[in-house]
Amino acid sequence: MKKISKGLSALLLGLVASAALADVTLLNASYDVARDVYKDFNPLFQKHWKAKTGESVEIKQSHGGSTKQVRAVADGLEADVVTMNQANDIEFLADKGLVAKDWAKKFPNNASPYTSAMVFIVRKGNPKGIKDWSDLAAPGTQIIIPHPKNTGNGRNTYLSAWAWALRQPGGNDLKAQEFLGKLLKNAPLFAAGGRDATTTFMQRRMGDVLITFESEAEMIAKEFGKGEFEVVYPSLTMQTEFPVALVEKVVDKKGTRTQATAYLEYLWSKEGQENAAQNYLRPRDADILKKYSTFFPPVKTFTVDEVFGGANKAFATHFKDGGSFDQIYQSK
Amino acid sequence: MAAKTHRVLPGFGLALGYTLVYLSLLILLPLGGMVLKASELGFAQIIDIALGERSLAAFRVTFGASFLAAAVNAFFGLIVAWILVRYPFPGKRFVDALVDLPFALPTAVAGITLATLYAGNGWLGRFIEPLGIKVAYTPLGIVVALTFITLPFVVRTLQPVIEDIETEVEEAAASLGASRWQTFVKVIFPAIFPALLTGFALAFARAVGEYGSVIFIAGNLPLISEIVPLLIISKLEQYDVLGATALAVVMLALSFILLLAVNLLQWWSANRHKNSEPLEVAAARASGGAA
Repeated sequence: MKKISKGLSALLLGLVASAALADVTLLNASYDVARDVYKDFNPLFQKHWKAKTGESVEIKQSHGGSTKQVRAVADGLEADVVTMNQANDIEFLADKGLVAKDWAKKFPNNASPYTSAMVFIVRKGNPKGIKDWSDLAAPGTQIIIPHPKNTGNGRNTYLSAWAWALRQPGGNDLKAQEFLGKLLKNAPLFAAGGRDATTTFMQRRMGDVLITFESEAEMIAKEFGKGEFEVVYPSLTMQTEFPVALVEKVVDKKGTRTQATAYLEYLWSKEGQENAAQNYLRPRDADILKKYSTFFPPVKTFTVDEVFGGANKAFATHFKDGGSFDQIYQSK
Repeated sequence: MAAKTHRVLPGFGLALGYTLVYLSLLILLPLGGMVLKASELGFAQIIDIALGERSLAAFRVTFGASFLAAAVNAFFGLIVAWILVRYPFPGKRFVDALVDLPFALPTAVAGITLATLYAGNGWLGRFIEPLGIKVAYTPLGIVVALTFITLPFVVRTLQPVIEDIETEVEEAAASLGASRWQTFVKVIFPAIFPALLTGFALAFARAVGEYGSVIFIAGNLPLISEIVPLLIISKLEQYDVLGATALAVVMLALSFILLLAVNLLQWWSANRHKNSEPLEVAAARASGGAA
């Protein structure tokens, strides 16, 4: 007991000390699975900033579901920067006046320092011979995905399949919706979230194919072993972006604009890009992408802006109440 | 004035004031805020949201599964409570402590554990799925999760009441010639019925609001296994706070009506037996029926 309380007080002292030592404290509100990326990135930036300006920066992280996080920021969580996995979450903050309207132009590459792609995870040896989106809609194939309406991961899957169907010869919105109807019929369940879908597929051995982020495949390899599954790249898939933005109101109030801007800019530095690649996220820097090309085989991707005219529009057309997803379940 | 309303216990005014303030702060304030927020939408719009095809299906699933879970617990929970009170056996305290575990476990953990257990390759699922019974990712899975979550409510409500029934009452009924079944139906059951209803109502109310455990085992397919709390989360994901509040208010109103009905039933049955029939009289009557 005494030992524990001693340890606790030491820990508390440590926390107080580190807060007192730092000249500036930044809060980064981020999505759930970004933990690893920023756990490694933050010390890199701290070192860089100390060397450049002599100022020590403390960076606190807050993680949670992307949409929950921006709602917290809108409700008063004093985050200096938001680093999310969905553009419409940042749009929401822009609508509330917390983030600049042209946030996507404040940083290079649509303000997304790295990307990923939606891929198929199939059982070892690919027993069902799954190659492309059409195979997922074939009778007798079971697909495992998170809820397409309620989770970012599920929405990306839905939009990827839609875009693929749209780009087929003679493809149009009507045919795409029909295709999605067939594809969704092959889902025995909608998982609660991305990691829940992974558990259902890998551990409970349900389904023939799991659709998820390319970066998630490496996490699965770490957890369940590389020999347990194969990654299949479909002929066309979504390039998923991870947009970042300054929370203007907060940095002005706290006087942290310089540091917060530098922090986000540093994501595009060689060190920042390398860190992304090491976490299996595709770096924007062509040289570093090449260096890690074994992780990232070439894949034909589209962006939401190209096919759907922006994240907000895609969301409104497909996932709002009465959108294309709801229509599929009403026609039954 | 004071003389007129003289009471045996002093401090009635203070006690009532405290009760009202406490309940207002804790319950009425947040719920009132919710209703106020929902009233930004018109009544017609709220009804529209609640009567959508998917909302209706979700209401059916939520209230149906909650009712079934509470009913299952009312039956089996009664047996568990009876055995825990009446029969001494080794390890009784340990078993008694087990009953509270569903309270302590984070509900998400419960849901994930149950899903793993009942999935096709799980410890239980591998035996029951070949029989054609699918539990994980079906509405049945929702009932299983809710039954797990709400077990303590029935058992813990019944235990003290069963403890209060003295064995002499049963002996009296027996000595007056009542059969065991008659003793149970006419003496014991009327005495524990009000508590059983309370336990049922608590379990039902808890089940209606449950989210964490259900989403991991339900499968969440629209029109089949979506629960109302999932639709509320879905609205929040669309930044549609108003729509979410509307659904919540409808759910609250329905729950309140059902709980009120259960309370009235309970009040009626408690009064009926309290006023007219002490246990000893019931015992005599039971034996009279036997004669």
